[in-house]
Amino acid sequence: MLHRRFAVLHFAATARRITPPISCIIQNKPTQPKPMAAAAPTPSEYIKHHLQNLTFGRHADGSWGIAHGAAEAREMGFMAVHLDTLFWSALLGVVFLLVFRRVAVRASAEAPGGLQNFIEWVVDFINDNVRGSFTGKNDLVAPLALTLFVWILLMNMMDLVPVDWLPHLAAVMGIEYMKVVPTTDPNATFAMALGVFFLVIFYSIKVKGIGGFVGELTMQPFEAKNVMLKAALLPVNLFLEGIGLLAKPVSLSLRLFGNLFAGEMIFILIALLYSGGWVLGIFGGALQWAWAVFHILIVLLQAFIFMTLTIVYLEMAHQKH
Amino acid sequence: MNINLTLIGQTITFAVFVWFCMKFVWPPIMNALEERKTRIADGLAAAEEGKRAKADAEARAEEVLGEARGRAAEIIAGAETRGAEIVEAAKTEARTEGERLIQSAQAEVAQQTNRAREKLRAEVAALAATGAAQILRREVDAGVHEEMLGELAGRL
Repeated sequence: MLHRRFAVLHFAATARRITPPISCIIQNKPTQPKPMAAAAPTPSEYIKHHLQNLTFGRHADGSWGIAHGAAEAREMGFMAVHLDTLFWSALLGVVFLLVFRRVAVRASAEAPGGLQNFIEWVVDFINDNVRGSFTGKNDLVAPLALTLFVWILLMNMMDLVPVDWLPHLAAVMGIEYMKVVPTTDPNATFAMALGVFFLVIFYSIKVKGIGGFVGELTMQPFEAKNVMLKAALLPVNLFLEGIGLLAKPVSLSLRLFGNLFAGEMIFILIALLYSGGWVLGIFGGALQWAWAVFHILIVLLQAFIFMTLTIVYLEMAHQKH
Repeated sequence: MNINLTLIGQTITFAVFVWFCMKFVWPPIMNALEERKTRIADGLAAAEEGKRAKADAEARAEEVLGEARGRAAEIIAGAETRGAEIVEAAKTEARTEGERLIQSAQAEVAQQTNRAREKLRAEVAALAATGAAQILRREVDAGVHEEMLGELAGRL
């Protein structure tokens, strides 16, 4: 966001112009030529810029590099990575693990100090949740739940950093795009959901056997004693259960992504107010504060929901019929 | 918002984080929590045990105290008896001593009486001699008749 300050200066002028037609916004066409201030983005450019990941991949001409703009990024197709998503998620994950590891190394049965107390409180909270909904014996579930909860929470909390700070800092450092909330990138949420999905299938097969798992997918919800009838109901069952199975990772990831993406979008829209003069600016400040307070709830809730559903799905995977 | 290789990268990152958490974070913290839980339970049990021991000790102390009280009463009674005895003995001794003193005083008196009588005798003899000398005047020579007068006084 090189042009953040310009946006502040010029948005008032731009806003007073005729609002760009929807089609222009969608196609990212400049609504009108801007001879004197090419750097001043329209609101739609500002929003689009905020929603663009820092994409590294193969250009159409075969060379590798950073995509300049959404169109170039789209052309790269699957063979591209979002450097910002990878960086921020890895950084936050490492912070989480280092802090927890530090406490884990020094953890003792003595009276805990401040940080240890807090970490233990979190661990205890996760443990209670896992004990509450997971009845099987599996040493993976609780650490998985802890990782998911804290990691997602940290990634979500990047949303509370004012939307222009880090992108602006990146712009100063010469980085064109910077999306700092990894959970607003479906790649990140789908990756976690895929991990959970893989574990669900793995443990379903491990606990119930291949036959049990396939039977679960094909012999219910419509059951029959007659072999012919069973065979007839098989496609219906497979269809229903298959959708149920696939809906788990999709709903997991899309719920998280949708909530955070929407939340960030509102922050961006509020940030647009800052370029509308000091009255709108103050109003925007108040709005941003209010939305941030409300967003704390969403941030926590989404992390908690993702974790809880993961536990529930794994519990279902461990249940024999 | 494209799905691309980031998905794979994120999946690997996720797997590594979960693995690390499972290996190096969760077990030590959980162990510490479990250990503290056991320790607290042990502490509570020990406190309960201590309370019971205290109650036992109190009962025992009460018992010992009662015993001691009985003993003390016994000792006091014994001392009183012994004191009375001592007083009685002292009284008897004093009485004996008094009697002895009276006897010795009586003996002294008798002795003094005798001594006074002796002296009186001597004086009476001298007085008689003086009286006789005055009666006889010159006829009696004190030097010549002293022997006779002494004999006379001895007869008194």
